[in-house]
Amino acid sequence: MDSLKIMIVGVGGQGTLLASKLLGKILLNKGYDVKVSEVHGMSQRGGSVVTYICCGDRAYSPVIDEGEADYIVSFEALEAARWVSYLKKGGIIVTNTQEINPMPVITGAAQYPEKIIGKIKDLGVNIDAFDALTPAVKVGSVKAVNIVLLGRLSKYFDFTEEEWLTAIRESVPDRFIKLNEEAFLLGKQA
Amino acid sequence: MKKLMLGNEAVARGLYEAGCGFVSSYPGTPSTEITESAAKYDEIYAEWAPNEKVAMESAFGASLAGVRSMCGMKHVGMNVAADPLFTLSYTGVNAGMIVAVADDAGMHSSQNEQDSRHYAKAAKLPMLEPSDASESLNFTKLAYEISEKFDTPVIMKMCTRVSHSQSIVELSDRTELPRKAYEKNGPKYIMMPGFAKKRHPVVEERTALLTEFAENTDINRLDEGEDSSRGFIASSTSYMYVKEVFGDKYPVLKLGMINPLPVRKILDFAASVDEVIVVEELDGFIEEHCRNIGVSRVKGKEIFGCIDELSPNKIRKAMGLEVPVKASFPEGIPARPPVMCAGCPHRGLYYVLKKLGVTVFGDIGCYTLGAVAPLQAIDTTICMGASISGIHGFNKANTFYGEKTNNKSVCVIGDSTFMHSGMTGLANVAYNESNSTVIILDNSITGMTGHQDNPTTGKNLKGEACTKINLEALCHALGIERVRVVDPYNLKECEEAVKEELAADASSVIISRRPCALLKYVKHAGAISVKAEKCVGCRSCMKVGCPAISIKDRKAVIDGTLCTGCRVCSQLCRTGAI
Repeated sequence: MDSLKIMIVGVGGQGTLLASKLLGKILLNKGYDVKVSEVHGMSQRGGSVVTYICCGDRAYSPVIDEGEADYIVSFEALEAARWVSYLKKGGIIVTNTQEINPMPVITGAAQYPEKIIGKIKDLGVNIDAFDALTPAVKVGSVKAVNIVLLGRLSKYFDFTEEEWLTAIRESVPDRFIKLNEEAFLLGKQA
Repeated sequence: MKKLMLGNEAVARGLYEAGCGFVSSYPGTPSTEITESAAKYDEIYAEWAPNEKVAMESAFGASLAGVRSMCGMKHVGMNVAADPLFTLSYTGVNAGMIVAVADDAGMHSSQNEQDSRHYAKAAKLPMLEPSDASESLNFTKLAYEISEKFDTPVIMKMCTRVSHSQSIVELSDRTELPRKAYEKNGPKYIMMPGFAKKRHPVVEERTALLTEFAENTDINRLDEGEDSSRGFIASSTSYMYVKEVFGDKYPVLKLGMINPLPVRKILDFAASVDEVIVVEELDGFIEEHCRNIGVSRVKGKEIFGCIDELSPNKIRKAMGLEVPVKASFPEGIPARPPVMCAGCPHRGLYYVLKKLGVTVFGDIGCYTLGAVAPLQAIDTTICMGASISGIHGFNKANTFYGEKTNNKSVCVIGDSTFMHSGMTGLANVAYNESNSTVIILDNSITGMTGHQDNPTTGKNLKGEACTKINLEALCHALGIERVRVVDPYNLKECEEAVKEELAADASSVIISRRPCALLKYVKHAGAISVKAEKCVGCRSCMKVGCPAISIKDRKAVIDGTLCTGCRVCSQLCRTGAI
């Protein structure tokens, strides 16, 4: 494989780090050179967060630039809009349709844009939008949104279900394995 | 065995494999995980120090004891530790000693984007700069060899994108080392003028030897290229971006050792290409060196600038290449700045400060977020501890010129920041009697960096119970008689306390005490909700900027997944709807 670049975007506290670690693990298990770039510190406090997963025969840059991402996995609708410029021509956005108001919207200083998904589609972007929150609540934790989204993303990869589930088992504490396996399968079926 | 590791985890692994036995650091993004990861190895004694100066001096003590040591910090932490740094260059070490410093170009979580490479040059210390996790591990091991061979502390210079990027590392076993015997050696370790004068020439000779090392070490290596019309000199992530954009097209001189820089190697490289392009983040450190040694056909800062991080597209643009096509969302996207969490104990106190309209000298930590809308309760933030010293100077100067401000100004500082650099400022407030009001926001943890314990929490880095410093007793001992504790969830209590202490004719400390809402041991009351029939949509509850509250159809709505039940908002509701 020449190069594969995936971005995971969302709101600090939504569990984007685990999703990126898990993707890094599965790609490492497949034998690729992998880089997973995270952001720690201040932006984790409810700010817009992004992680990058770069892989291929040789992964150089730890970050992904505008127009470079093959996939963007977005945990929230507004974040899909914020990062759409990073998508490569012909790339795919997999996004949760959940809306979380940022502080400028809460205080009334800004408006949350309407019909975000439609507007992204109008750009000619291939966007796969669905409600990832409901399946997460169904398995028992809003925090499982990350694994639900990875389940959905898995449809675009030719990795086996077992390869994904192995990476999940290697990445989460024992007591959360069952919950996350269920979340993955619900995401895949969604 | 191959493993994905953060650059920071890989440094810790390098410490482990190299037989390091002592780590002392102060947490700071993006450096924190070096020490947290080192603490997971039972073979390494690791601790959080109250600040970086203490950490560095402790690491030196361990080196004298014959144990390989490390202290880790962020770039601004190096400023705090600069005092021992410059003189440890003169003394050298016994067992190997590493100073790990992580820069934050782009200021993801920092107050400035200073370039730590200047410290290596100014203090005349060798500095290694890895470009990924694998190099982070290997350079750490090499750093100990250099440290002991050349009798010097060695600086490992990290940055956000190396510290916080996972890449593949190859693990090896630990080499356990015998302790080096400590021998009393006044002329080497006592830096008073007579001895220090004799050590300075030793430092200069060492730099000459290290320069020769830099000429020959394979961590300063040439990547061959097909086209010699230009050649790049780069290190760290800048090297990765050059390779990302150009692959193997142009030759690249990849530098792993940043100080001292080689001379012959660079001159030879420059002679082999038509034009030299130095790609480096922040200042033109390598570029200046190139000019100093007589490389005239060199470009760098004139095309890349010295602000912010680099990226593949910035390099493409600077080099006149096309950037990839991109889609653009057709309308403005509201920013999503970081905010204080729902249930954050700082919120209630900030609301009171804003309501009273006082001038607030702020400090470094999560509570810096009190500066953003809607609370906007902070006037200034500079560095660790500057809140207390700042309010003192503000009040003293105003008083000297006949204006009384100590009845309408306060400062806020966290528990960990107070232990780091606040104590001396408070001693000054007491000693020089500025009648200032100091508020310690005691959330019983170092919050922003991701929950590290500190001397006031009663736990050490390994999570074991240990001495817990009593803040009230400490403030009394520093000369403050008026010390009181309030609960920041209780707005009335906070307001009364602040008013009384502002009115008092003496300096005072208010400890606003409640543990961080994200701490696992904190039990929350449970989400509360709005009685829609009682809500009149007055937006009073919105004044505290809680991410759990929003207005829908002119009524307040509380997000039950975020709300912790702190009830700060209910104290603002005039109709009893919350």
